[in-house]
Amino acid sequence: MTEQEIYANLSSKFGDKIFEFMEEGTLNPTIVVEAGAIAKIVLYLKDDEKFQFDSLMNLAGHDADVESDFSVIYHLFSTELKHYITLKVFTSRDEPKTASIANIHRTADWHEREAFDLYGIIFEGHPDLKRILMEDDWEGYPLRKDYVPAEFYRGMRIEKVK
Amino acid sequence: MARLHAEEMVLNMGPQHPSTHGVLRLKLRTDGEIVSHIEPVIGYLHRSFEKHAENLEYQMVTPFTGRCDYLAAMGSEHGYAMAVEKMMGIELPERVEYLRVIFAELQRIASHLVAVGTFGLDVGAITPFIYCFRERELILDLFEMASGARLLYNYIWIGGLAHDVPPGFVEKTYEFLDAFDERVAEYNQILTGNKIFIERAADIGVMTPEVAINYGVTGPSLRASGVNIDIRRTEPYSIYDRFDFDIPLGQGLQGTVGDSWDRYFVRVLEMGESAKIIRQALDQLPVEGDVKSAIPRRIRPPKGEIYFRSENPRGELGYYIVSNGKNVPVRLKMRSPAFSNLSVINEIGQGWMISDVIAILGSLDIVLGEIDR
Repeated sequence: MTEQEIYANLSSKFGDKIFEFMEEGTLNPTIVVEAGAIAKIVLYLKDDEKFQFDSLMNLAGHDADVESDFSVIYHLFSTELKHYITLKVFTSRDEPKTASIANIHRTADWHEREAFDLYGIIFEGHPDLKRILMEDDWEGYPLRKDYVPAEFYRGMRIEKVK
Repeated sequence: MARLHAEEMVLNMGPQHPSTHGVLRLKLRTDGEIVSHIEPVIGYLHRSFEKHAENLEYQMVTPFTGRCDYLAAMGSEHGYAMAVEKMMGIELPERVEYLRVIFAELQRIASHLVAVGTFGLDVGAITPFIYCFRERELILDLFEMASGARLLYNYIWIGGLAHDVPPGFVEKTYEFLDAFDERVAEYNQILTGNKIFIERAADIGVMTPEVAINYGVTGPSLRASGVNIDIRRTEPYSIYDRFDFDIPLGQGLQGTVGDSWDRYFVRVLEMGESAKIIRQALDQLPVEGDVKSAIPRRIRPPKGEIYFRSENPRGELGYYIVSNGKNVPVRLKMRSPAFSNLSVINEIGQGWMISDVIAILGSLDIVLGEIDR
């Protein structure tokens, strides 16, 4: 099934929860959806006979620049039907949160923890949302564009990048 | 008689532990000898690869990619180069494509040799490990001949190769292949059919196809569960559609489909398939061609984003790259196969003994460098 058809189908099913279809500026056609509805949409795409998106290839957090919203990108693949779709949600900088899909795709468990660790995005409904790569008591979220590291970590000086 | 329940105990395995293949810590909740829950604690090797990448020009990221999966540096470089080339729409000379496939497949053999050897080591077989490293040395010699380095190469550049292979390389690779086929038979003799090894690996840690796909397990570990997905075949990149090779699947020859033994044996078979690909690529390798001709003077991918995946020895290696048209990436995420492959261990390791958890971990073939990045 082409990305265009998937978009048309999702639009008629979820209505105003589906924002737009992006083909320009990306090599993977992307559907932008509402953050709160992502879990329902991913579950529908997984369970419905027509789509069977059973594999979450990748989940990435993203911060474009210091003023923009954060985004989370989901790359889905169907091992049965061999088609792809990319979903994207935007979430505000002040209160970054979106719904967790860790109970639908177990792959998302660790990937969401990573996005939380590096961007501070809260995934609501995640079974065990805590830092994964950084230390538990690390301050700040390193991949945010406005991140400034603390001067010391447990008495050790942190070297500045650039 | 009802089974006696002992008080649960939390046991720390690692971060310094010979069978965790690096600095990994497993928090085991045990009931006597039986493991009831496994929580992997990772991050000990975190070197902020993604943060560094946001401050480096595209071509400067290449050596960093090799340091993530340090047992398959050629594969990581290849995937990264292809992702950026696809963004920029670069067409490569035929000779570059063939040489890249040869190196990627040699790397797959070298990586699987470590996987097979260390798995044997984990369950108590020391000799096969020495055998595997003997062959791996020969491959590293070939890499050294071409790139000057034995572990981290910085050889596959965006748009080409750092330099062409030296005279005599092709002959030496043929020599290696001729010797290698017999060597695989040796591993089968010493390890594959070994009764003790089968007892330790067969039926242990069975992974069903549903669990594997749901947890994002890829590569040989996924195919051992009988799922026929190999990115070289399902969405051929580079020139993989020109070669004739089989995709070995787990068949449960010694136990159940998807057990630790299957994960081991799929890797043994894959080495043979890789050797087949290398032989074909050497036969077809064009003599003429400048490996540097397509390297762009300025690497500035157009504004946009890409998710590009390729089949690394450990599974699906994906790069998510966002460009704003400048010479530095805005975002570069590496979806590393071992990261997802490790996350399944709690699911398949529950209910087994502590010594079995070590066998299961060994059969998953993880590299902490790419898990922690």
